[in-house]
Amino acid sequence: MFSGKVFGAVAGAAVLALSATGAFAQAKDKVKVGFIYVGPVGDFGWSHQHDQGRQAIEKAFPGKVTTTFVESVPEADSERAIEQLARTGHDLIFTTSFGFMEPTLKVAKKYPNIKFEHATGFKRAPNLSTYAAKFHEGRYITGVIAGKMTKSNVIGYVGAFPIPEVIAGINAYYLGAQSVNPNVKIKIVFANTWFDPAKEGDAAKALLDQGVDVLAQHTDSPAPIQAAEARGKFGFGQASDMERFAPKAQLTAITDNWSDYYVARTKAVLDGTWKSEDTWGGINAHMVVMTPYKNMPDDVKKMAQDTEAAIKSGQLNPFKCPVLGQDGKEIECKGNGSLSDEQVLGMNFYVKGIEDKIPQ
Amino acid sequence: MRFELTPRASVSPVMRALAPVAAFVTAFLIAGFVIWLMGRSPVAAFDVYVLQPLSDPWSLQELAVKATPLALIAIGLSYCFRANLWNIGAEGQYVIGAVLGSWLALRTHGTEAGAWVLPLMLILGVVGGALYGLIPAFLKTRFGVNEILTSLMLVYVAQLILDYLVRGPWRDPKGFNFPQSVTFDPSATLHPVLEGGRVHYGALFALVAVLLTAVILGRTLFGYRLKLTGDAPRAARFAGFSAKATTMAVFAISGGLAGLAGISEVSGQIGQLQPSISPGYGFTAITVAFLGRLNPIGILIAALVVALTFIGGESAQILLKLPLDLTQAFQGILLLCVLAADALVSYRIRFVTRGGGK
Repeated sequence: MFSGKVFGAVAGAAVLALSATGAFAQAKDKVKVGFIYVGPVGDFGWSHQHDQGRQAIEKAFPGKVTTTFVESVPEADSERAIEQLARTGHDLIFTTSFGFMEPTLKVAKKYPNIKFEHATGFKRAPNLSTYAAKFHEGRYITGVIAGKMTKSNVIGYVGAFPIPEVIAGINAYYLGAQSVNPNVKIKIVFANTWFDPAKEGDAAKALLDQGVDVLAQHTDSPAPIQAAEARGKFGFGQASDMERFAPKAQLTAITDNWSDYYVARTKAVLDGTWKSEDTWGGINAHMVVMTPYKNMPDDVKKMAQDTEAAIKSGQLNPFKCPVLGQDGKEIECKGNGSLSDEQVLGMNFYVKGIEDKIPQ
Repeated sequence: MRFELTPRASVSPVMRALAPVAAFVTAFLIAGFVIWLMGRSPVAAFDVYVLQPLSDPWSLQELAVKATPLALIAIGLSYCFRANLWNIGAEGQYVIGAVLGSWLALRTHGTEAGAWVLPLMLILGVVGGALYGLIPAFLKTRFGVNEILTSLMLVYVAQLILDYLVRGPWRDPKGFNFPQSVTFDPSATLHPVLEGGRVHYGALFALVAVLLTAVILGRTLFGYRLKLTGDAPRAARFAGFSAKATTMAVFAISGGLAGLAGISEVSGQIGQLQPSISPGYGFTAITVAFLGRLNPIGILIAALVVALTFIGGESAQILLKLPLDLTQAFQGILLLCVLAADALVSYRIRFVTRGGGK
């Protein structure tokens, strides 16, 4: 579930490793689309959102498309499941977790006429695309809200693993909070899991015990926000709308919207126009969607909406230069007025003001 | 009313042989009933679960791939379980074996190191697993610590060591900070038995382990000693067998085989170290060992059967859109049926009406 993008060298190597297969372009009347999920469909987070995308495909092309999914596929043992989909007549296969990268690449080599799409990875091939979403844009907005809503001036973050995507999310969240509240502090706990309600809940409680009153999470179950709800504190939904689990605590949720992308890619296969490419969309591309802002005063709500609009229009970039590292030194600005995509995707430093250290 | 189990005076060998078959039939009937309740065809499910995977060369290969680590680990566990020692930590021994073996692969990465790398990696895998298995054995023999607890908890220690290594010192410097090692060189890769296939030489190790174990348990003094230590510890002591030596030996064997499974899987399948290198093989192997009644040939069959339920379960999700939960429930039902069948062969159920007690 990590992100990856235009990593020229790696992608190039992957492309070279494959003989060019050419002639994909052929329109089809019927398409079979397969999905590999890392978690259960009912996780109400990551895999759930991918499954929403799968259902959107079925709705969009009635009678023309059939879909299949295999859930809770362990990353270390996924090659067979992917190949099973390839062998059972699927034309387009989405593998929806970072850990499926090498197995997807291997199977893609064996089945050059089938199209593969790997979420959040960075290795591509003529029949293997990659796609991911700029969740850090949403994190920045939640940071602005947290900075305004906190009374203790301590906000919290339950992270999954200290990988670049999560680190970038923490930085964006904290920069957002700092932009409206220079005194805000952040406490971070890594749960070392994407989905384990008990561990996630314990991590959340540990943070709440330390005076955190607004809690963000980058793990997939509703357990952290439920812990916030139980203590009368605030939180943000992750991946899908978690309002029904925490009606009083959820300020907003950063939801993943894969539906538009999945429908577009399926259509490309139907039309015979599918090409291997890399997609990294954010709020503007409607891949990251904020649910309605609730449980907050009108001025905070207005501020959140303005921030969202500014990000959408491109006027605001969460990682606008100068970005200061923990030691207060400026991070080299490799993008156009902001950190480059590569810098965000490989991020392994905390910004100034975060007192923690990234676990190594 | 309550019921109690009383031992049967004599156990018919025919019954004993037929018990697993009866267990399978019962398990399939129960699962078929559930599938029927869900409004699907049990016949189609049986076809997808069992017949198709067994009639297609590709899935037969996959069956062997999946059964390899299960059989290797379960064979090792059978030594412990026969001696009434409970090694629950094969998962950790698997991980440490993989870690120690991979150390050499990473050390020689990018060098001109030759054909000696792979054999040495495998040996290191065995040594790593065995040493890690010896920790609970030592704690038990020296301090009388319960081996169930220590071996289980050492699993988490092993997983965290692996986690630390792939996020820290062993992380691929060109991997964009993602927690994984470099991919192994060809000299450190366990090759497929057939060119282009997925079955690697680990499958042969599993077969060798099965045959060797059949000989050791059936025809050697060591095998007799295990049986005696498990069945009649006092008699074993009178016979002059040291319980401590037996404990150390079986944990070393079991850890070593789990370590071999670990390094074979990493070197032959995954091709690099990453935070997760096992979907719980070390724990599933406990089921396999008991399904196979701790008999080497039985374990081989049981490993294939359990592998079949995984592969069939995936096919069922793809072709019949049956949920994964059903596969997991079926694995549980199967184990319960086998254990129940075994119990019913050796014991008779007697219903005792109220007031009829002693």
